[in-house]
Amino acid sequence: MIDIWNIVDIALFAAMLRMATPLVLAAIGGVFTERAGVINIGLEGMMMLGAFWGVATSHWTGSPWLGMIVGMIVGGLAALVHAFLSIKYNANQIVSALGINILALGLTPYLSAMIWGSRGASAAVTGLPRWEIPLIRDIPVLSEFLGPHSPTVFLMVIIVIAAHLILFKTRWGLHIRATGEFTKAAATAGVNIQRTRYICVVISGVLAGLAGVHLALGHLAMFSWGMTGGRGFIALAVMIFGNWRPYRAIAAGLLFGFVDALQIRLQGIGVPVQFPQMLPYLITIAVLAGVMGRARPPSDIGKPYD
Amino acid sequence: MITTPTSAEKKVVGRSIVWLMLSPVIKIWPELAAIVAAFLVGAIILVVTGHQIGETFAYLFRGAFGSRLAIGFTLTRTVPLIFTGLAFSIAFKCGLFNIGAEGQLQVGAFAAAWVGFALPPLPPLIHISLALLAAAIAGGLWVLVPALLKAKRGVHEVVTTMMLAHVGILLTRYLVFGPFKAPGWIPHTPRIAASAELARIMPPTQLSTGIFIALACALILYWFLWKTSIGYGIRAAGLNPHAAETGGVSVTRSIVVALVISGALAGLGGAGEILGVFRRFVEGFSPGWGWDGIAVGLLGRLHPVGVILSAFLFGALRTGGMAVARATPVPLDIVVVLQAMVILFIAAPKLMKILKRRGEKE
Repeated sequence: MIDIWNIVDIALFAAMLRMATPLVLAAIGGVFTERAGVINIGLEGMMMLGAFWGVATSHWTGSPWLGMIVGMIVGGLAALVHAFLSIKYNANQIVSALGINILALGLTPYLSAMIWGSRGASAAVTGLPRWEIPLIRDIPVLSEFLGPHSPTVFLMVIIVIAAHLILFKTRWGLHIRATGEFTKAAATAGVNIQRTRYICVVISGVLAGLAGVHLALGHLAMFSWGMTGGRGFIALAVMIFGNWRPYRAIAAGLLFGFVDALQIRLQGIGVPVQFPQMLPYLITIAVLAGVMGRARPPSDIGKPYD
Repeated sequence: MITTPTSAEKKVVGRSIVWLMLSPVIKIWPELAAIVAAFLVGAIILVVTGHQIGETFAYLFRGAFGSRLAIGFTLTRTVPLIFTGLAFSIAFKCGLFNIGAEGQLQVGAFAAAWVGFALPPLPPLIHISLALLAAAIAGGLWVLVPALLKAKRGVHEVVTTMMLAHVGILLTRYLVFGPFKAPGWIPHTPRIAASAELARIMPPTQLSTGIFIALACALILYWFLWKTSIGYGIRAAGLNPHAAETGGVSVTRSIVVALVISGALAGLGGAGEILGVFRRFVEGFSPGWGWDGIAVGLLGRLHPVGVILSAFLFGALRTGGMAVARATPVPLDIVVVLQAMVILFIAAPKLMKILKRRGEKE
């Protein structure tokens, strides 16, 4: 009999928070772009590009902070390509985002081989520092749960709150939601559909880039081939499970983050890892099927607008 | 009575011959332009990263077509791409995205391998047919849930097929690392019986009779989509579901049929690799044929003949890319970049229309 408390301890919950961070960040990006009516299944690729350029920048400049900024910018630029093709040129939103994913899959090992001489992994670089919250540093259990973490973890919490406030408490948030829900009505009411969509898609890329930076500089301090490991797709699952709402997304993200952290532990004691790894995907299908709760995407999603 | 044509008539005839020769080129101009543009971007990336363009492209070409052996390898890699390209195309003809072909390919491959090693030796024709059937059923079943969810509840198939693709990949990984692992270090199943093997037709390459199965599937798919009423229904549902429904086409049925055939084709693609190339299920046997099928289908304009041609192009790219990676410091990944650029360039119909208009003017 396995002692369950050897597996479930406070460090597991700290790991849950770390694992949830990239999922939630990219999922919030997904919420923005889909609320504005543009599907972005390119989050995975944008995350990968963000992770790569974050590490490359830290490698060249020695500054992980600069790496973080560059990672976010590159994620945003990749999203801009998606926005440009799908909004301006009416490209199929699935196709252009897939193109971004494949581009990232090819470009990152190609450049990794150029820079570090290996397609598989970069050299170790300076990662982001670990932060603690001063006030709770001395509280025993809570301090272990809430720190020390990469700044990206704390940033994620702030971004979730900000996203909720922007989407549901500001006029611009109303415009975003109207754009994805009733595009024509929003346009009649004077919302600039194209601009709203451009901005939201770029936001999604920036957040996916930050998610990649978290993996590469907040978690490991290096880049390795395929390190995003499908998290951009799980982020879509988080977004759907969270019903396109930031607060629910963080709850869903923590659940999937917990599964992710748990499967690493279970791996250590010989449980086949593939089944816990399947869970996020299966849960998402169950949610979409209406077996667990009900998810409803914005109604005008995926439709180009001239 | 024969009259000699006047010079004016000669000019007209000459012009129309030139037109006849050029018109197919003009028709496929957007696709050609996308390929050329992708290669231009590839060349720029090569230059920026300090590589020789001429040398790289020469190796690419020679690696893919330079010898009988090279062509054999290119054709070997064309086979799975025809299957997955067809799989993507039939779904998209119905207006659906089956982007989970990789998962269907993996479960199909495993099913074929299982029939290959678990059944006692049978007459080859029966054994191979059973293995192919198992693969088609496994691939088709793998897409049944997304198909039903789409048809009955309108759940977007992009998310469900993609999520199930990952589940399929993980499931076969579990099977090959766990219950069906052959003794030894390598994660692979036992070898299939000789009676389940597809014969090699161009040794020493692994090109097998699977290529004929792939070509037959393309032909049958053409007949099915353009010559049968179910196929007509699928195309009509893809063009305009509301109009199709009004016209008496069952959109629900079309969706399910198109997706299940799509999954079955992807599953057959997996079977072709196992029965023809690897002769057992090997972890990581697919470098992503299922994902590549998307680009193949799009570039082939969802037409079976187009799919065959673009599968050949992508098979050549991969084979040539491997030669480049062997002979020069350029990593194989440049091929993936080229593929991504092709997708991005053909993604935008408006952009392509502009290119096409220019093409027609010339």
